[in-house]
Amino acid sequence: MKTWPEVFDVAIVGGGNAALCAAITAAEAGAKVVILESAPKTYRGGNSRHTRNFRCMHGGPMSVLTDSYGEDEYFEDLMLVTKGKTDEVLARMAIRQSEECLPWMERRGVRFQPSLSGTLSLSRTNAFFLGGGKALVNAYYNTAADLGVSVAYDAEVTHVHRDGNRITHLEVKIAGAPKTIKARAFVLASGGFQADLDWLARAWGPAAKNFLIRGTPYNRGVVLRDMLDQGADSVGDPTQCHAVAIDGRAPKYDGGIVTRLDCVPFSVVVNREGDRFYDEGEDVWPKRYAIWGRLVAAQPDQVAYALIDSKSIDLFMPSVFPAIKADTIEDLGRQMGLDPAHLRRTVDGFNAACQPGTFHPTQLDGLRTHGLNVPKTNWARPLDTAPFYGYQLRPGVTFTYLGLKVDTRAQVHSPDGPLTNLWAAGEIMAGSILGQGYLAGFGMTIGTVFGRIAGAEAASHVA
Amino acid sequence: MSLDTSPPDLRQEARRQIEICNACRYCEGYCAVFPAMTHQKAFADGDITQLANLCHNCRGCYYACQYTEPHEFALNLPAALAEVRVESWERLIRPHGFSRLFQTNGTAIAGLLVVTLAWFFWALFAFRPESGVGFYAHLSHIVMVAIFVPVFLAPLALIAWSVRDYWREVGGGSVRLAHIWSALGAAGRMKNLSGGHGEGCNFENGDRFTDWRRVFHQLMMYGFLLCFASTSVATLMHYVLDWKAPYSLLSLPKLLGVPGGLMMVVGAFGLARLKMKADPELGARRVWKGEMAFILLLGAVAATGLGLYAVKGSGLVPTVLAIHLATVMTLFLLMPYSKMVHGFFRLAALVADAAKQDKA
Ligand SMILES: Cc1cc2nc3c(=O)[nH]c(=O)nc-3n(C[C@H](O)[C@H](O)[C@H](O)COP(=O)(O)OP(=O)(O)OC[C@H]3O[C@@H](n4cnc5c(N)ncnc54)[C@H](O)[C@@H]3O)c2cc1C
Ligand code: SF4
Ligand code: SF4
Repeated sequence: MKTWPEVFDVAIVGGGNAALCAAITAAEAGAKVVILESAPKTYRGGNSRHTRNFRCMHGGPMSVLTDSYGEDEYFEDLMLVTKGKTDEVLARMAIRQSEECLPWMERRGVRFQPSLSGTLSLSRTNAFFLGGGKALVNAYYNTAADLGVSVAYDAEVTHVHRDGNRITHLEVKIAGAPKTIKARAFVLASGGFQADLDWLARAWGPAAKNFLIRGTPYNRGVVLRDMLDQGADSVGDPTQCHAVAIDGRAPKYDGGIVTRLDCVPFSVVVNREGDRFYDEGEDVWPKRYAIWGRLVAAQPDQVAYALIDSKSIDLFMPSVFPAIKADTIEDLGRQMGLDPAHLRRTVDGFNAACQPGTFHPTQLDGLRTHGLNVPKTNWARPLDTAPFYGYQLRPGVTFTYLGLKVDTRAQVHSPDGPLTNLWAAGEIMAGSILGQGYLAGFGMTIGTVFGRIAGAEAASHVA
Repeated sequence: MSLDTSPPDLRQEARRQIEICNACRYCEGYCAVFPAMTHQKAFADGDITQLANLCHNCRGCYYACQYTEPHEFALNLPAALAEVRVESWERLIRPHGFSRLFQTNGTAIAGLLVVTLAWFFWALFAFRPESGVGFYAHLSHIVMVAIFVPVFLAPLALIAWSVRDYWREVGGGSVRLAHIWSALGAAGRMKNLSGGHGEGCNFENGDRFTDWRRVFHQLMMYGFLLCFASTSVATLMHYVLDWKAPYSLLSLPKLLGVPGGLMMVVGAFGLARLKMKADPELGARRVWKGEMAFILLLGAVAATGLGLYAVKGSGLVPTVLAIHLATVMTLFLLMPYSKMVHGFFRLAALVADAAKQDKA
């Protein structure tokens, strides 16, 4: 820090994928860049370090991607999950630019690997990072270091100082000590606010205190809040977050990918009272996993229990914690803190409603129950073969939707017009594109595309 | 990891980490360990032993892991597997006490070297032949053979015995030529140190990839094989063709031995340097000194062998010869009880892996 200039060309808030793409792009254009990352070095990289792939348009086989994935198909996939709540101009721009991102990333040290075992369905649309998101983040930090980018860890930006339509400086706490960082252009890439449980509770209700946060504890929305307080244009439903059902034993923060559970389609899922509440077999899991976070969040105590029997234990990806195991349903219920007799009745009722037919784990097999208020419409097989297994499910928050509204140049706006030297990239502006839902791998696409745009715009502003 | 962790705990710790990896799989492209993991959900002791011996300690999966300390999952798979790996050699090789002593203890290796050295000085004096040329003027061929054949064969027999036990422990099954071929291919190119992308491993420079470990390891390995070939050819020439040493620089033993020796010296120097730079916390800390001493021993074998060519005809020959023979003897004696043994287990693990992949 001793060798830092009085004024940087570009100051970047955050240290994840979007921040790094912006920093590298600006530094390559000749700008003197600083990255301010609130996490210590061991936890650098925000939620980006938990990712595994990004979704990439391509006209023909490219790197590890098979076949082709065109703009229209990509856009339709997006419209499907967001139920139309998508900004078409920004979305199509991100989609089109994703194609040139892949070789750009490779030239900056990111390496890809074929689709991971168990995820073959994504081999055409999503390029997987070799070693996952942390390897990507490491590669980018090395590239940035080689370009002379300054990096401060444990550097939380607490205030973005606005003077009219310009930003003048940042208030930062570096290793606890307050500091002012001056720059001529600024990029905000500090993610969402999902790690601030109080904010989540204000938006969602007190139940949010029971949510688990799948990613970094450092995305607390401090800068987002600060900008909104200063009148920056916002976008996205402030009360919504993306949540999936994860293993209830996961750590409160940062549990990441391994805490996911893929057993629901083969399970009977009950709430704390021992009652079923939703069709576990509505659709294949990749299309349903995202709704189960909300479903569980709506149950008493925000908890649910997935029960399977030994017929199904090998049908899904292994879980990080071993399942609870018992020889009888009653004992399983006891071990999980459920009323054994009630659970027995629920399972007996379910078993009696199952019909003969051919079970087919990898496709919609139409094996459904008859006569239940809450039916199970696929993969409905009786729970009858000991040992029985159980998992506790809780909602795990991936990200929040509220963000800064940006234009095609990633510029941040206020009611009085654009802020002339402020850009935003990544999760903090993703609401500008995605109004609800989520398409696997699109978060990293948004961060890469808009990070590069923001970095280029900021660099040309100071050039 | 502390010194007194008993083997079941080491295995349990590795199992804990492997189960996390098996739910994650982000590192699948780095090496053979991760694809091998996906064949099962529960890991028996033999599975853990096999995965540990497949791991080449490239460290890619440490630097790429989002769950390393201070995260509560505390992943450090390279270290966990290294601990189990060394423990498996110590457990499978007889007598176990020797293994533990020399794997961990550089001083013990040096001590053994001094003892053999003293012995050779005495032997050169005691068995000094009436006639003979080259170094056979100092120790007759028949005496050398009488000394070295048992010292070479007995350790090999011990290793063969332990590899058989390894094979049973990991459930290797029947071997096919294709599996051996695939294993030799992987070892020949050190595929598992390539990082999956061909840019090498994370051994010596944090999260940056370099290929030096692969380069130095292969120099050492191929250098050693060349020297071994050189000795074998010389033995054949001696007995079959009745063509006795010393050989000229253009003879086959020298054409193989001189480059082999040079490669080993460079390899040893390089590997020792890398070991100094590497983070000891990502390996089996306990055996650091033993491994280092062993690298230096390999370097000394090669350097003194080359030294013998250099001092040819001078009064230094008996001294250099004694030192060289002592290093060679120590190397042979330590084959089962030092890092040297990793080559045999690694190859066995690669063959078993090829067989398992075939079955899956
Ligand atoms: C478990 C998990 C798996 C995921 N998998 C995928 C996937 O496979 N593909 C995909 O596309 N998306 C995935 N996502 C979503 C993806 O992580 C995000 O879309 C993406 O990482 C956003 O990048 P970003 O750079 O905007 O934010 P982040 O990577 O979260 O970076 C934000 C950075 O800002 C820093 N920061 C926060 N506040 C401050 C402050 N006040 N001052 C300074 N710095 C601050 C943080 O420390 C962090 O470094 C996943 C998310 C999770 C939680
Ligand atoms: S080492 Fe870490 S990132 Fe790699 S597979 Fe294991 S848990 Fe995942
Ligand atoms: S250290 Fe390297 S070889 Fe060993 S398991 Fe990790 S990635 Fe594989």
